[in-house]
Amino acid sequence: MTSNREKLVLIGNGMAGVGTIEQILKLGGNYDITVFGSEPYPNYNRIMLSYVLEGSKNVDDIILNDWNWYKENGITLHTGTAVTRIDGESRKVIAENGLTADYDKVIIATGSNSFILPIPGSGKEGVVGFRDIADCEAMLQAAKEYNKAAVIGGGLLGLEAAKGLVNLGMDVTVVHLMEDLMERQLDHTAASMLKAELERQGVKFAMGKQTVELTGEERVSGLRFSDGTELEAQFVVMAVGIKPNVDVAKASGIEVNRGIVVDDYLQTSLENVYSVGECAEHRGACYGLVAPLFEQGNVLAKHLSGAETKPYEGSVVSTKLKISGVDVFSAGEFIDTPEHTVISAKDDWKRTYKKILLKDNMIVGAVLFGDVTESANLQKLVKQGSEMTDDIYADVMGTGCCGGGGAKKTASVESMPGEEIVCGCNGVTKKAIVDAIQDNGFTTVDEIKACTGATRSCGGCKPVVEQILQYVLGDGFEQSAKTGICGCTTLSRDEIVAEIRAKGLTTTKEVMNVLGWKQEEGCSKCRPAVNYYLGMIYPDMHEDEKESRFVNERMSANIQKDGTFTVVPRMYGGVTTPEDLKRIADVSIKYDVKVVKVTGGQRLDLIGVKKEDVPKVWEELDMPSGYAYAKSLRTVKTCVGSQFCRFGTQDSMGVGAMLERKYERLDFPAKFKMAVNGCPRNCAESCTKDIGIVGNDGGWEVFIGGNGGIKPRIADSFCKVKTDEELVEICSAVMQYYRETGNYQERTSEWVERLGLDQIKSAILDNEEERKALAQRIDFALSQVNDPWKKMLNDDSTRSALFEKAEIR
Amino acid sequence: MEAARQTYAAGKVQDYLKQIGRVVVIEGKELAVFRTSGDEFYALENRNPHPKGGPLAEGIVSGHYLYDPLYDWKIDLRTGEVQAPDKGQATVYPVHIDGDTIFIGI
Repeated sequence: MTSNREKLVLIGNGMAGVGTIEQILKLGGNYDITVFGSEPYPNYNRIMLSYVLEGSKNVDDIILNDWNWYKENGITLHTGTAVTRIDGESRKVIAENGLTADYDKVIIATGSNSFILPIPGSGKEGVVGFRDIADCEAMLQAAKEYNKAAVIGGGLLGLEAAKGLVNLGMDVTVVHLMEDLMERQLDHTAASMLKAELERQGVKFAMGKQTVELTGEERVSGLRFSDGTELEAQFVVMAVGIKPNVDVAKASGIEVNRGIVVDDYLQTSLENVYSVGECAEHRGACYGLVAPLFEQGNVLAKHLSGAETKPYEGSVVSTKLKISGVDVFSAGEFIDTPEHTVISAKDDWKRTYKKILLKDNMIVGAVLFGDVTESANLQKLVKQGSEMTDDIYADVMGTGCCGGGGAKKTASVESMPGEEIVCGCNGVTKKAIVDAIQDNGFTTVDEIKACTGATRSCGGCKPVVEQILQYVLGDGFEQSAKTGICGCTTLSRDEIVAEIRAKGLTTTKEVMNVLGWKQEEGCSKCRPAVNYYLGMIYPDMHEDEKESRFVNERMSANIQKDGTFTVVPRMYGGVTTPEDLKRIADVSIKYDVKVVKVTGGQRLDLIGVKKEDVPKVWEELDMPSGYAYAKSLRTVKTCVGSQFCRFGTQDSMGVGAMLERKYERLDFPAKFKMAVNGCPRNCAESCTKDIGIVGNDGGWEVFIGGNGGIKPRIADSFCKVKTDEELVEICSAVMQYYRETGNYQERTSEWVERLGLDQIKSAILDNEEERKALAQRIDFALSQVNDPWKKMLNDDSTRSALFEKAEIR
Repeated sequence: MEAARQTYAAGKVQDYLKQIGRVVVIEGKELAVFRTSGDEFYALENRNPHPKGGPLAEGIVSGHYLYDPLYDWKIDLRTGEVQAPDKGQATVYPVHIDGDTIFIGI
């Protein structure tokens, strides 16, 4: 079955080689593939080792392709197997353990090794490089046993290693030969700012020091410098550079300079043998960064798959430091000479620095410190050698006026070629992102991330991915302004509601059948939404569909990640009684509740109730449901008010409890919170509630659209009323208007912004007739609601099907 | 290749609500059993393939797919396979109906 396929052997199971293979598979290249790797792991993301060291990720997190991936793609993988040479005569790859593999094509992607300084003592125990998982593990281990560490090398890798060791609790000194850190990427100004920032974070520096010897017996105990001074260290990381790993090529008689010499199609001097990544030398350059690997890999993959491709002409390298809280970026040329025109801005207070270098008005390089939001844009401009224009200047340097650059940024994404790599960490091209959006109907960066891997690693490309998303969705907006409420339909919320009314549709199933849903029974997004719209339109006739409710609403309790539930009884206006508290305490003890917590909305969470106990807890509490799980009125937060407070001018507790009793149990597009304050001191925090009410001498001021959640928003002042009756009428009208016009899952904060405050005001305040009609409609809907806990307790078969386990032996 | 299974009666068709999962414990093993709107039955180990775990029984059923209750992953009830962009697989167990009795093979 596989006999007539060509055999492709990859030497080196790293990012560059496997990235190339991935591309070949995508392009449909027809090969029997064998991979040799010397490390005992599947392919992992080397540039994320800094995160492993930092402790924010473990080795499993940075695996790019797990064992299954090789299996699924029919790739033979030999881990822990170093290749010794390629025999061009017999076309065989030969490994040290005697294993051989026939080939038609070979890719050498053996990467590079840490360059270990050839000084006395460098072979001692406690001296490592920073290249692979083993180094990383050595560092984690050392941090447990020793205190003083030195990192030789103030470049990218050295600084990341140093910060990692500081995080692990070590006393770390970075030893650097030059006076400036990262002198191959940063100018003096940026380097000084970087040093100051890292010192703030606890890294020490010994600048301008040349290490001549590592002292100690078996184990290293310190460093001696050329000026005769010494530094104590029981652990030393050498991060002075990398050395292309060319052993296999050399042993196979392939031309090697600093790296394995390749042409513009990554072909080495031996026929049918190619090389990509850090081991390769192209036009005299060896690259030690990630983006070039993917660019080379793309060209080679196309070449080997028989697809047309432009030759590889070298990469413009850019740098970003992966240390949390330190944003540095550079691309292209960064040291200014007299022939450069320099645009720069330094802000010592905000600790930011921005520099762009022009040569004959062409953008040839840039350095950013502190604020790197423009990095992706600048990288592209440098790569393209774009001419500086007023527009670009305004875009990158800012003009002092907000919002002006938005449209132009999108345009620059538009002109980006499809094969340009957007995510350097994972080698994701613009085309891959655009395809993912178009094929799957994605609307968020997270979806793109899960599908393509873009933004999954360092996250530096997120702004560009966002821009691409905007551009793809925005451009197709004419056709796909009709993106529909989910992937199952192209209809918008308003269209669905109109169709339900016009056609008299009564169940989600009917809606989906009649309106031509793509997935017959909908999904977890549209089923709950349609169920809500039906209930809103027919409050008396619609039979609520439990199977279309999210778990929390179906069970009338909040699910926790371990499958237990949280039960929250009602406490009108946040007021309870000693008797109720006693009952809550008794039930909590009896059913072994894990935690009793006061919520942000002034009531009590009983957390960790076993699923089968939930109905018993309800029964024994014998209190109404607090709807902590629902898209419904959650709580009405109150202050003490005029009943007890010396400042209170209004009875906030009384009015709060009254409102909570009136509006409880009704479904809303999203959860709904209120607050009532007795005076303008606003102790119950009206400004972050869907409806916030503030008492003053002689009446109430009503605020709407506040939110303290994911998208915080301060509520807008809506109107002032004199009496409690007017207050209720206004609240009723606002709530019903929101019920009728809100998108499912849309909080009032978003709703107010979408509709505009003026429209809501004119619908409710300027139109008394409509206001009264809205209030009547909500009263009618309210007359239909029941307490779900009581209802469930009276419905034996549903309760048992939902909550009880069937035990079978 | 498949290890021999033992079959257990797990109640009647009418004990299960359409499109709503039910937890069934057989010999100490916890399963989530689903009845689709078309009266097909599927049994999965009641364990979310998401790295954080959790139950499956409380998910939303659509056709022969399940949207898990905690992370909204889409899972094929027939194979247990998690649908892209997420990855993973839940363990499935064979179900057959004889008359109106449900039998599950463990």
